Amino acid sequence: MSQKNRLQSGGRIDRSKPLTFTYNGKQYEGFAGDTLASALLANGVDLVGRSFKYSRPRGIVAAGAEEPNAIMQLGATEATQVPNVRATQQELFSGLVSGSTNGWPNVDMDIMGLVGKLGGKMMPPGFYYKTFMYPQSMWETYEKVIRQAAGLGRSPKEYDVDIYDKMNQHCDLMVVGAGPAGLMAALTAARGGARVIIADEQNEFGGNLLSSKETVDGKAAAAWVASVTKELEANENVIVLPRSTVNGYHDHNFLTIHQRMTEHLADRAPNGQIRARYHRVRAKWVVLATGAHERPLVFANNDVPGVMLAGAVSTYINRYGVVPGNELVLMTTNDNAYRTALDWHDAGRKVQAIVDTRKNPTGALVEAARERGITVMAGSAVIDVQGSKRVSGVSVASISEDGSKVTGSVKKLSADTVASSGGWSPVVHLSCHTGSRPQWNDEIIGFVPGKTVQKQLIAGAVSGNFTTSGALEQGHQAGAEALEKLGLKAADVAVPAAAEVKESKPMALFHIPHTKPTSQAPKQFVDYQNDVTASGIELACREGFESIEHVKRYTAMGFGTDQGKLGNINGMAIAAKFLNQSIPETGTTIFRPNYTPITFGAIAGRDCKELFDPERYSAMHKWHLENGAKFEDVGQWKRPWYFPKAGESMQEALNRECLATRESIGILDASTLGKIDIQGKDAREFLGRVYANAWAKLPVGRCRYGLMLKEDGMVFDDGVTSCLGENHFLMTTTSGGAATVLNWLEFYHQTEWPELEVYFTSVTDHWATMTISGPNSRKLLEELTDDDVSKENFKFMDWKPATVAGVPARVFRISFTGELSFEINVQANYGLHVWEKLFEHGAKYNLTPYGTETMHILRAEKGFIIAGQDTDGSVHPYDLGMGWAVSMNKPFSFIGKRGMQREDCVRADRKQMVGIKTIDPNIVLPEGAQGVFDPTASIPMPMVGHVTSSYWSANLGRSVALAFVKGGLDKMGEKVYYPLVDGRMVEAEICSPIFLDPKGERQNV
Amino acid sequence: MFYIYCPYCGEHREEEEFHNHGQAHIERPLDPDSCTDEEWGNYMFFRKNPKGLHHEIWVHAVGCRKFFNVTRDTVTYEIKEVYKMGEQPKVVAK
Repeated sequence: MSQKNRLQSGGRIDRSKPLTFTYNGKQYEGFAGDTLASALLANGVDLVGRSFKYSRPRGIVAAGAEEPNAIMQLGATEATQVPNVRATQQELFSGLVSGSTNGWPNVDMDIMGLVGKLGGKMMPPGFYYKTFMYPQSMWETYEKVIRQAAGLGRSPKEYDVDIYDKMNQHCDLMVVGAGPAGLMAALTAARGGARVIIADEQNEFGGNLLSSKETVDGKAAAAWVASVTKELEANENVIVLPRSTVNGYHDHNFLTIHQRMTEHLADRAPNGQIRARYHRVRAKWVVLATGAHERPLVFANNDVPGVMLAGAVSTYINRYGVVPGNELVLMTTNDNAYRTALDWHDAGRKVQAIVDTRKNPTGALVEAARERGITVMAGSAVIDVQGSKRVSGVSVASISEDGSKVTGSVKKLSADTVASSGGWSPVVHLSCHTGSRPQWNDEIIGFVPGKTVQKQLIAGAVSGNFTTSGALEQGHQAGAEALEKLGLKAADVAVPAAAEVKESKPMALFHIPHTKPTSQAPKQFVDYQNDVTASGIELACREGFESIEHVKRYTAMGFGTDQGKLGNINGMAIAAKFLNQSIPETGTTIFRPNYTPITFGAIAGRDCKELFDPERYSAMHKWHLENGAKFEDVGQWKRPWYFPKAGESMQEALNRECLATRESIGILDASTLGKIDIQGKDAREFLGRVYANAWAKLPVGRCRYGLMLKEDGMVFDDGVTSCLGENHFLMTTTSGGAATVLNWLEFYHQTEWPELEVYFTSVTDHWATMTISGPNSRKLLEELTDDDVSKENFKFMDWKPATVAGVPARVFRISFTGELSFEINVQANYGLHVWEKLFEHGAKYNLTPYGTETMHILRAEKGFIIAGQDTDGSVHPYDLGMGWAVSMNKPFSFIGKRGMQREDCVRADRKQMVGIKTIDPNIVLPEGAQGVFDPTASIPMPMVGHVTSSYWSANLGRSVALAFVKGGLDKMGEKVYYPLVDGRMVEAEICSPIFLDPKGERQNV
Repeated sequence: MFYIYCPYCGEHREEEEFHNHGQAHIERPLDPDSCTDEEWGNYMFFRKNPKGLHHEIWVHAVGCRKFFNVTRDTVTYEIKEVYKMGEQPKVVAK
């Protein structure tokens, strides 16, 4: 039989369903019900990886989420690669392909192993800080080498082929953990009518009961678990989530659950099923029944494969029918771990000895061991381990009563497996996520959840009550208390009986002494994943790190993917001992979400690819697509950027679009401009307060440009607002600023001036807006409307309702190009119709569509600003030379007025916006280029302002730029220089920002 | 992630629906033009950063768009009360 460590019977595996899998390129067989770890142990695979720093061989230590060593790379194809999977939590399936993540070139023959052995002394704690710090520029190189050598798994290089999703859940009670305590809490609450979610990270409910030989209610524990689970599943108010890790416990009872839906079935989710689901739960109350992790003891060479947690050994025997060795030595500080020796013995393998650190152990389990003839060596410890790729023997010696030193001679025992137990640490992780500091409890020798502001109850081992009977009782109490808090009636639930086992007092011991001092003894590992040793922690303390948080960071203890689930408390205890203080005085580090690593797919869910962010399209989007538009993202909008013809470069297209507009007529889809409908008897007053200019006298039918400022006087948005009626206005904003402006208006109305009667409604999406611009635009418009749009009766900055192409429209005679220009607004669903009619009639005028880039060029030729491009929150209207848009004598002190008068805002040498003409007209300055007055100044050259807009103007046959220059408005005709990154020094002249038609004659026709 | 009661909608909603708008109860001076630079600077720039109770403005941005006040403990993140604009907090630091 290839599975040499598999028992003939027993366990929760199905021997009739063999499964083949691959590990490091070799085929093995396991059974349905196995984890990858149990199947590897069944096959006698000792090595699962190499350690991070010293590259020492490592084997499986644990049987659950706390496993530090068996961290696997999974995946049969490139697209299905999953890094850092704990073999102890991965269920076996047929065809599973796995490999160790660290070990180079492979785990059995490891180059770094040699280096590690030679260089071990050269890698003390703080090694990375001390060694790889300088020069800083080399860090990227160091990091690559470190990562290749140590290996932390790798991401797939292809797109994930699976789908993931998310669910929002609400419940009365969220029960975390489905061991005896969690099951009882859920059962009690569910019977009382509460809406319950119960989640557990394992594939089956039952927690530790799955691994024990205990009875509940007089029957096998598993049978009781099955009956409770069945009742919960049948209750429509209960959501039962196996394979679901509650990964985070956040503010206001918000919990996140990572549910692995199909990762136990195949390499990729079968039949298009969901691979993993992320539940976002808002719970009225929470019961944490998260159990406890066994704490290993820290002793010399405690990382040789074959050294395991006692409870894990029992789990492999009882749950998986695997005895991971032949000769066991058990070292323990407590009675509980004796079960492991009994399980081992009862499986027919040899227990060499139970090494108990206590002088006089007496409990029922101790007696049971003695009755089986197992040697119990009291007052002793395993102080060292022999073997390199597998344990071959141990050194045992008697120790002092307080466990601080070796007192007797060293005796060697042969063994291939060492199980150790230093007691149990409550799983306080989730409780820590909420900001609660764990509290030390001397009686149970561990930290328990501390005070919390969350609506949270705890039950079972997490509270320090490690017995099954206690867990059942506490679970029931928690369920009943939750019902009471929820205002639901008490439920009639009897607490089932579990056997009480009389146990003697455990000993508080973490670090096993050696004959040599810690610094000279063989390595005694605290954190396997990060290779942190007891001597390393002592060294950190000696070097002056006294805060446990500093010790943690300096040694990297708890920084691995396992977050120090096994090692942290031992590390704190060692630091405390060295610093001569108690553990509570030393304090504890806390844990952060996530409890175990979670795949990014589950976090992203469906919010990827085209669903990552909404895309907004105008009503004419289809036409743009059909006519070859290139698009630009403006906020969530997809706006046409330019419309290239076949064979045209971008610049050629822009030149053609610019010329056609000024020569005849161009058309822009301006639908994305923000539009806010403002109504109410105080609307006009309100506008006067939020804009820099005056609105009191704007008559119905007229439009006005306005600058919107913040209280500091700086421009943050601009746009044209039109008077639709005495108490009715339409405000336009920049495309990207629409939501911000609406929020701004609401904020001032609701918080400062609620007495004003004014209402704001976003109507951006209600209207399709098309701007026709150019000398022939009136002719074209007249072909589509019978309304009078003549020069005399429809003046610049007028608007009027009209019928255009047979549909009702609002036409605004405003211009962002400096040309005769009409902005036609129609109900959005008429947009495409009107747009197409314009093209039908516009062909003879060479009607040319243009996008945002030509819009930018045309407005820059006129010196019109774009808020957000030419402004950056540090310029006020006078800096922009736009004092004409400020009305300082309005009765109300408008937003920005006082701010603009601050000392700094009235300095003469502020940076001011001007036009820039390069002396060589063919040079187009890069936007962002910094200007200097003296091109010969030494570096760092005094900078005088930067270019904000810069284009090639086909209409002017030269480059044009807008830029900020210190005191620029008084420097017309003077020189400014732009040193560029390519070494050129570009000479330029300061000029008016209005490059074309300074008198504005083109729009007044 | 917070669970916030909107006093206008009358319901608890997820934090994703809201935006924080900074410290509450900062009134715009009635006559800004008569403020000294220092007074105006205090109004514009200076904010409290208490450890403990903090009164702050939130807006139900993707809900009713209403602004309201929240008293929140900056240590525990507990929301002690919500109250409408123009009202005064009942829970205040001692």
